[in-house]
Order: sequence, then C-alpha cells, then structure tokens
Amino acid sequence: MSLTRADIENIARLARLELTEAEIPVYVDSLSRIFAFVGELDDAPTEGIAPMAHPLPGLAQRLRADEVAEENRRDLYQQNAPKVEAGLYLVPKVIE
Amino acid sequence: MSAPAATVAELARGLAEGRYSSVELTKSYLERIAAAQPGLNAFVTITGESALAAAAAADATRAAGRAGALTGVPIAHKDIFCTEGVLTTCGSKMLANFVSPYDATVVRQLRAAGTVMLGKLNMDEFAMGSSNETSYFGAVHNPWNTEMVPGGSSGGSAAAVAARISPAATATDTGGSIRQPAALCGVTGIKPTYGRVSRYGMIAFASSLDQAGLITVSAEDAALLLGPMSGFDPRDSTSVESPVPDYTRTLGDSLEGLTIGIVKEFFDKGLDGECEARIREALRVYEKLGATLREVSCPNLPLSVPTYYVVAPAECSSNLARFDGVRFGYRCESPKNLADLYMRSRGEGFGPEVKRRIMTGTYVLSAGYYDAYYLKAQRVRQLISADFARAFGEVDLLLGPTSPTPAFKIGAKSDDPITMYLNDIYTIGANLAGLPGISLPCGFVGGLPVGLQLIGPHFSEARMLNAAHRYQLETDWHLQVPAAFA
Repeated sequence: MSLTRADIENIARLARLELTEAEIPVYVDSLSRIFAFVGELDDAPTEGIAPMAHPLPGLAQRLRADEVAEENRRDLYQQNAPKVEAGLYLVPKVIE
Repeated sequence: MSAPAATVAELARGLAEGRYSSVELTKSYLERIAAAQPGLNAFVTITGESALAAAAAADATRAAGRAGALTGVPIAHKDIFCTEGVLTTCGSKMLANFVSPYDATVVRQLRAAGTVMLGKLNMDEFAMGSSNETSYFGAVHNPWNTEMVPGGSSGGSAAAVAARISPAATATDTGGSIRQPAALCGVTGIKPTYGRVSRYGMIAFASSLDQAGLITVSAEDAALLLGPMSGFDPRDSTSVESPVPDYTRTLGDSLEGLTIGIVKEFFDKGLDGECEARIREALRVYEKLGATLREVSCPNLPLSVPTYYVVAPAECSSNLARFDGVRFGYRCESPKNLADLYMRSRGEGFGPEVKRRIMTGTYVLSAGYYDAYYLKAQRVRQLISADFARAFGEVDLLLGPTSPTPAFKIGAKSDDPITMYLNDIYTIGANLAGLPGISLPCGFVGGLPVGLQLIGPHFSEARMLNAAHRYQLETDWHLQVPAAFA
C-alpha cells in the first residue's frame, strides 16, 4: 500500500504533529512500507475470532471505588509546567 | 573487592559478612561508572550524592541489625521510571527537563528493600527502538564492541550490567525491550507476566503490552530482586491480585520431568546459523539436566511483528497525546495560537521514530481504518495467544532464540524501520499474549553474545527462573565480562 504526501499531512494534522518539509517524504516512504508489511495480516484466518480485549484470559480492567484518594499537590505538579500564573496553566489566547 | 565479576547475590553476602560497607561498594561502582560513561553512554543521570547518602543510611540500618537481603546493594533504574526529585527523561527531548514529583512503585519498593540507586539509565526514546539509537541523549554502545548497538529499548540497562558498572538494573519490555538487549549484551533479562509488576510511575508506551522487569547478571539475581519488585498495586489498574512466591526458594529444583517445547517457527527462517548452533548446544544442556524436549508449532506466531506494529503504535498514539506542551515537558518558542502550541511542541519535542509510531497509530485508529487494522490485529492476537495456550497444554516451557542475530553496527539498520522491527520477531509473541519470558546468555558468535529465550505460561516466573538458574549452574556464559571492563 502506498501513501501520498496528502495522506501524511492529514495524519500529522490529526496527530497534532508539525512536520518539516524534509520530514514529509521520509514518512511517506516509511509509513507506506509499514502498511505494506502490516498487510500480511489481511490473509489471517480470523473469521469468528473475537478481538482480544485483555492479555490475561478472563480478566477485565479493574475499576476503583469512586472516592477521593489523592491530596491536592497542584503547586508541586506545576513546577514542571512551562508557564503558570496564579495556579493556572497559561496557553495562547483561545477566544479573541 | 572484586566488584567487576560480582553478582547481586555475592554482593549481598559480602555486605552481610561485613567484607565491605555499602558506602565502599557504592563508591567503587560510581568510580566504574565515571570511567565507563564516556565510552558507553549508558547513563542519562548519575545520582552520586544521593547514592552515597542512601548507602550510608543502608550501613546504619545494618549496624542497627535491621538489614534485609538487599540492604545496601546498588542498582540503577531505566529512565522510564519516575524518581522523585530526579530528572526522568524517557530518553526524549520532550521530557529533557522533567523532574518527577513522585516515585514509581517499582522504585519505591526496591528502595524499601534497601537497594541504593546509582542513577538513571539511557534508553530508546519512549522505549521505541531495538538499538538504543533513538535516544535524545545519544546512542548507548555495546560493552563487547563499542561499534555495536546494545539492543533496545533497555540498552542502557543491558550495557550497564554487562560492563559491571551496575550490579543490576530495572528495565521495561513492550515487544522485547528487556530480553533483546539482554541477549545482545550477554546478560540475563526477565519480562514478567503482564500485571505481575506495578506500572505506576512507569511512563506508558503501549498499555496492553508494557511490563516492568529486570536486567541482571544471573537468574538468581533476578529471583532476588523480582520478589520485592512484584505484587498488587491499587494505583495500577492492570496490576493483578495474585500472591508473590519466594522466587529464590525453588531456584535449585530438579528439572527431571520438565518438558521444554521447541517452537518450530522460531527456527524456520531469518535465524543466523551460528546463533542457531548456540541454541542447539543449550538444548543439549537441558537434556543433560533431565528435561524432555518436544517440538511444538505456533503457526500464527510469524504474524506477531505485523500484529504488534498495529497494536503498539495505536496505543502509543493515544498514550503520547498527553504531551501537549501545557502541563509538563517541552514547549515550543512563542506559539502563535493553541494549535501551533500543540503542533510545534510535539513536532519539535518528539524524535523521528516516536513521530513515526504516533502517525502509524493515528492512522490505524482513524475513521474508516479501525476495523481493517486495529480490530483485525486484535483478532490475530487472539490466534497467537491461542497457539501459546495450546503449546502449554503439551509442554511446561518454550525455548528458542531471543534475537535473530548478535549485535549489529550502530547505524546499520537505522534507515529501514521494517529491518529494525524484525529484531523483535522472537520476543513480541510473549508480549501479545501477556506471557513471562527470560533471555539467558548461551554463547558467542564472532566475539558477541548470543541469548536463548524461555517463555512460560502466565505467572510461571518461579519455574522459568528455576530452569534458567539450573542452566547457569552448568554454564558460565553469564559470568563472562567484556575484556575492557574486566
């Protein structure tokens, strides 16, 4: 299977990834090769086979009780934030 | 003190007998790290000061008569595990400035067991790679030949243990990232059953596959460390509530009556002839130990790599959506608007392989393709798991190669992702089926180590470690040290 430049630009936009001009042909080529490779799955006999939902048979995702379990550590967590003010995360203006 | 050849078991004994203190031991490892770092690049962060403080505390604990089996033993953590107050980069520019506000459960548990952290180990960016070349902090070099890759993604962990600059190291395995570098560096690497070890504080790559484990010199060392590292953690929703056995207790059990399955598909094609010869020699050792060998077939196993390259990128594209330049990590300079902030922070913060996988995953999950790719792959995954289940109806453990070839040259496979992905052809199956696996050194080809792999049923770590330990009592491949680091 062969992807086009437009396909890659669209995927990158969906993934919120800015690509440089030089990166685009590299990904057109390598993703085309990956999807050709993944195409091997097409012929696998999967009729009537349920998709696997958990790596351990019979187990499902455990849920926890809906209770407050964590204390508020906002100031500590925000030490890693690129830009904060008065306890708020700052981003470029969204509404003019 | 003979630090270079020492195993965790020997060091623990030396500490218990008072032959050296943890401070002395830790100092000697920090010196070895400093000497090796320019050539190997195994560490991202060396925490010398806090290591010496922790070692002094361990010595005080011992003086007070409260020492445990691992008190004062130095280890190092893969830089995918969050460590409070210490840089945690995951090998990425995206997290090059991230100081974790909390400890991963694995880090906390191993500290509680008395181990001393020497530092944080280099790795492929976000654990995506099989050669450790995708790290933002530069490639790690193989201690057996520094022109060669150490394997990946836990390349720093494997190189550090192989060069004896850390007695043991934590690692993670999504498609072979513990076992493949362990094989390429001539050390022991165990990936436990999915859910056995907590993943809280372990930066997520592909959540239905990721599992934490260990790289050690010996299976005995792995047994010593795996117990304290395992167990139920309410903070990890995939953590399994199943009792943790004492893995050291059954290490010496006889292998009489053990049936080992030789997976036909592992020997079909692509396996280097010399590597195959080493594996066949190991089979004779197992026969001598009383095990029965039987050929088994897992016909869908050859589809494991394409299955993985749908499932893992899909989950990665979802997990890595959290890196948006807002709450932590890299942010681009002067973003024009919110979309620009997201797009450029991610475009500049992630390396080429991570972007490739995010895009692959985004595509297979996008409207119109979900059924054809993602659901199809999850169905094939069911077939692969059923193959393993059928095999374990006939045999106790499976044995095969860990990697199709020994270590390759740095740069040799970086141009073609498919060639690189095929390095994990023998390891990915265990991840898809959630099974435990271990890689053991079983000889050399052209001066480079070769690894054999054992795969067991779910939660069979004790039996697997037993079979590994008995093999290591008969052989000394795991005790070989690269000449430059002896």
